[in-house]
Amino acid sequence: MTDRDGRRHLLGMADVDAADVERILDTAKSFEAVLDREVKKVPTLRGRTVMTLFFESSTRTSSSFELAAKRLSADTMSLKASGSSVDKGESLKDTVQTISAYGPDVVVIRHAGIGAPGLVTRWTDAHVINAGDGKHQHPTQCLLDLYTMREALGRLDGVQVAIVGDVLHSRVARSNIQGFRMMGAEVLLVGPKTLIPRGIEATGVRVSHDIRDIADADVVYVLRMQRERMAEGAAYVPTLQEYTARWGVTRARLRPTQLVMHPGPMNRGVEIATDVADAAQSLILRQVEAGLVTRMAVLYDLVTRPYREPAAAPVVAAVA
Amino acid sequence: MAPRLVQRLGVPAEVLVRGARLYDPAAGLDLIADLHVRGGVIAAIGGDLDAPDAEVVDADSLTVLPAFVDPHVHLRTPGQEESEDLATGTAAAAAGGYGAILAMPNTDPVLDSVPLLEALFERGAEECVVPTGFVPAISIGLTGRQLTEMYALAERGAAGFTDDGRPVESAGLLRRAFQYVGPLGLPLALHEEDMTLSRGGAMHEGVVSAELGIGGYPAIAESAMVARDLRIARYEDGRIHLQHLSTRGSLEELAWARSVGIRVSAEATPHHLLLTDEAVRSLDANLKMNPPLASEDDRLALVEALRCGLVDCVATDHAPHASDLKEQPFEQAPNGVTGLETAFAALYTGLVEPGVVSLAVIVTAMTVAPAVAFGLEPPRLAVGASANLALWDLAADWTVRSAGFRSRSANSAFLGRRLRGRCLLTIAGGRVAHRLAAVGVSA
Amino acid sequence: MATATGKVVLDGDALRRTLVRVAHEIVEKNADLDGVCLVGIYTRGVALAHRLRHEIATAAGVEIDVGALDISFYRDDVSSRQPVVHSTRLDFAIDGRTVVLVDDVLYTGRTIRAAIDALFDYGRPARIQLAVLADRGHRELPIRADYVGKNLPTAADERVFVRLIETDEIDEVTIR
Repeated sequence: MTDRDGRRHLLGMADVDAADVERILDTAKSFEAVLDREVKKVPTLRGRTVMTLFFESSTRTSSSFELAAKRLSADTMSLKASGSSVDKGESLKDTVQTISAYGPDVVVIRHAGIGAPGLVTRWTDAHVINAGDGKHQHPTQCLLDLYTMREALGRLDGVQVAIVGDVLHSRVARSNIQGFRMMGAEVLLVGPKTLIPRGIEATGVRVSHDIRDIADADVVYVLRMQRERMAEGAAYVPTLQEYTARWGVTRARLRPTQLVMHPGPMNRGVEIATDVADAAQSLILRQVEAGLVTRMAVLYDLVTRPYREPAAAPVVAAVA
Repeated sequence: MAPRLVQRLGVPAEVLVRGARLYDPAAGLDLIADLHVRGGVIAAIGGDLDAPDAEVVDADSLTVLPAFVDPHVHLRTPGQEESEDLATGTAAAAAGGYGAILAMPNTDPVLDSVPLLEALFERGAEECVVPTGFVPAISIGLTGRQLTEMYALAERGAAGFTDDGRPVESAGLLRRAFQYVGPLGLPLALHEEDMTLSRGGAMHEGVVSAELGIGGYPAIAESAMVARDLRIARYEDGRIHLQHLSTRGSLEELAWARSVGIRVSAEATPHHLLLTDEAVRSLDANLKMNPPLASEDDRLALVEALRCGLVDCVATDHAPHASDLKEQPFEQAPNGVTGLETAFAALYTGLVEPGVVSLAVIVTAMTVAPAVAFGLEPPRLAVGASANLALWDLAADWTVRSAGFRSRSANSAFLGRRLRGRCLLTIAGGRVAHRLAAVGVSA
Repeated sequence: MATATGKVVLDGDALRRTLVRVAHEIVEKNADLDGVCLVGIYTRGVALAHRLRHEIATAAGVEIDVGALDISFYRDDVSSRQPVVHSTRLDFAIDGRTVVLVDDVLYTGRTIRAAIDALFDYGRPARIQLAVLADRGHRELPIRADYVGKNLPTAADERVFVRLIETDEIDEVTIR
C-alpha cells in the first residue's frame, strides 16, 4: 500500500502483496473477536478523522466504511455527490482540496472515474482508500471476499474460483482476479464473449463461454448483471432472459458442496436464482459481515503502518 | 492556388552561423560550413564566410536542419485560448524547430466559413511567429451533414480540408467531398475512426485495457475506416491524407493503396512511434489521445512503415489542454497531447540514436513530405532560399518538465523523460522565431 | 555470563524458580483462588500466564482460568510501526473477578495502561493485579506491579530481552 511520497494508500490490489493481504486478513479476524463483545468498539483511531467521499451511490460500501471507522473510534465525515457542491459542477480537485482543509487522516473515495483515487492523493495529505473507481478497482471488496473464502475453506492457495457474468464492466472482477491469483487461487471467467474483456487471459486466468464449466469450481462468484448492458447500441446481450437462460447461476447448475458468492446488490432471478442466493452454500451474507471487519483492518493497517520501507525509488525511464 | 501562410511582421534575419554541420537530405547536403542569412534569405553557404552586419553564432559541433513542417496542429483559437493561442502555439512550434504549421479547424466556433478564415489570417499576421496555415472543415460544424464552401475557402488560401477530431462518418458525404474538392487539388485530411467500433473506448483494446477496465478502442476502429476511405478516394481519384495512423491494420491498407496508385499521404505522431498502451497503466491523462497509444506490435509496424517510407510524414497532432482539463480521471479527461516542443528530440532519442531510423528519414518526414502533401514550399538549405532552418545541439540532454514549455499547456506524453537534442535557434519565414537564452551570439 | 544477546540475568533454572515464587505469592495474596483468572498480554505474557497457571495448580491444586489479551487496538502510539495483531481470547467472563494481568517486562507502563483499558471493554473485574517477570524501571505512568519476578535496574539505552521456550526455544532473560 504505497505511494511515491511514502504515504500508504490502498488504490488497487497492486498496492498490496500476499504478506500484506495475510496480515490484513489476520487483523480482520481479531476484529471479529472484538465485534463479539458487548463493547463493540476499540479506541485505536480516537482523535483521527475518516472522510468518506461517495460520488457514486452506494449503501453497503459507504455504511460499511463509516461503521468500521466508528468501531475504531474515529470521527467520521461523509460527503455524498447528491446535494453537495459536486452537484453544482465543482471539480473533483476543488472538492478534495476543500475537504482536505479539515485535515482528515484517511479519505475513502468512490468515483465513477478510473484513477480518481490516484488523483485525490495529489490533493490531500491523508491516506486514500479506493472504495471503487469506475470499472477499475475495488480492493476492499476483494479483501473481504478473500476473508470470506479463507474463513469458509480454511485456505486460499489452490482454491478454484469461477467468476461468472459481466467481467467487462466489473471493478470487483478486476480486483478479484488480481487478488485471488496473488493468493494462489485459480480463476476461471465464465460469460458471453461480449462481456469478457479481450486479452484478459494474459493475466493468468482461463476463460469459458459455457456455464457448465463452473462444475469444477470450489467457489462460484456471481457478478451483478446490469440492465444498462442491454441498452440500445450497447448490445452486449440481446435480453436478460437470454442471459439468464445461458449464464444464470441456478441450483441445477451447481453441486451442493460448491460455495456461492456475490458482491451485491443482487438481481435475484437474473444472474442468480433466489434459491441459490438463500441456500446454505451461499456466503453472501457472510461477505457483508466480512466487509465490516476487513474495512476496520484496512483502516487500522493504513494508519498504524504509515510509511513504506524505503526502496523502489521511482525511475524516470528514457524514451522507448 | 497555393495555400496561404501568415506570419507576424518582423525584422528579416541577419545571422551568420559559423562552423555548423549543415544537413538537408533532400538537397543532398551534409557538410561542415558557414551559413549566412541576409535579409531573411540564405545568402551564402561556404567556408570562412564574412558578414560584418550579421549576428555571428559560433556553431561548432552544432547542426543546422531545415525547419520542420507540421501538417497537424491544434492552436485552440478561437474559443479555447486558455489552452493555447496563435502566439503561444507558434512560439512552441518555433521552439521545436518548426518553420511552418497547419492548424486544425475544431475550434469554437469551427473553422468552416470564409469570414472566420479571414479573421484567423488577420490575427495570425499579428501573432504567429512561424508561418501558419489553416485547414478548414470538410463539413459545417464538423457535423458530417453539409459540405463547407470549399471553393471560396480555397480561394482565400485554405491548405486542405479536414474534420479532424472526428471522422467523416457518412461515406456518401465523404464521396461528395472528394468529388467537389477534386478540381481544387487540395487534399482531404482524414481522422480515421469508425465510431460505432470505438464507442466507449478511451484506450487501445488489449491486455492493458482488460486489466485496467478502461473502455477498449479496438484497432479495427481505425483500420476499417482507413480501408473504406481509401476505396472512396480511389473511386474518385482524390488526394487523401491519412492522419495519425496508429495500427498495423491501417498500414496494411496503406500499403495496398500505394500498390494500386492511390494519391495518398500519411502521418505518424512521435507518441505513436515511441509509446504503447503499457504507458497507460499510470492512468495519467497525459497519455490519452485519439487514436490511442496502441500495442507494441502496432508501434513496431509504424516505425517500420516510417523507416521504409510507407508512412511519409511525421505530424505532432499537438493538442494542448489546460491543466484542469487533464486533471481528471482517465476516461473523463479530454483526448490529446502536446508535441511541438518534443517531437524531434523524442524521435532523435528514441529512433535515430539507437539506429532504428535514419536521421535522413526523420528529417524528410518532418520537412519535404508534409510540405509536398499540402502544397507548401519545402524548406531547403540552399542559397537563394528563404531562411527556414533551425540550429540544433544534438548532444544536449534535457528533461521534459511542465514548467519548460512555450505552449500554454503542458499535457505532454513525454513529461519526466530525458531527451537528447535541443533546438537553440529557429529562423522561420526568414525571421528569428526562437532563440534559446543560452545560445552564444556575438555581433 | 554473557551471550551474543547480552548479559544473562535469569537463566532457565532461575526463571523457573522465579515463576514458582510468583505463583506462590499469587496464591498467598488471593484467598479465593476460584475468583482469580490469569490474562497474559501477547506475546510472551501469554506463555508466562500459562506457566503460572501450571505452578498455581501444583502449589494450590486449583486450575484457574487463563486468557490472552491483545492490546494493539488500545495502544496510544498507533502511528508507530505495530507488531502483528493477535486475537484476544477470553473464554470466560471477567465480571466480578480478580484478573491478574501477566506480562514479561514492565517498562513505561503504557502497555499495562492499554491492557487495563482493553479489559474494561470485556467486562468489569472486581480488581486487577499485575504480575511481571521483570521490572526494568523508567515508568512514564503511575503503574506498579503486584508481583515482580526480578527487579532489573537498567539504563535507558539498555534493552531487556525475554526468551521463552514456547516462542524462542530457550528460557532466559538478558540485558544488552
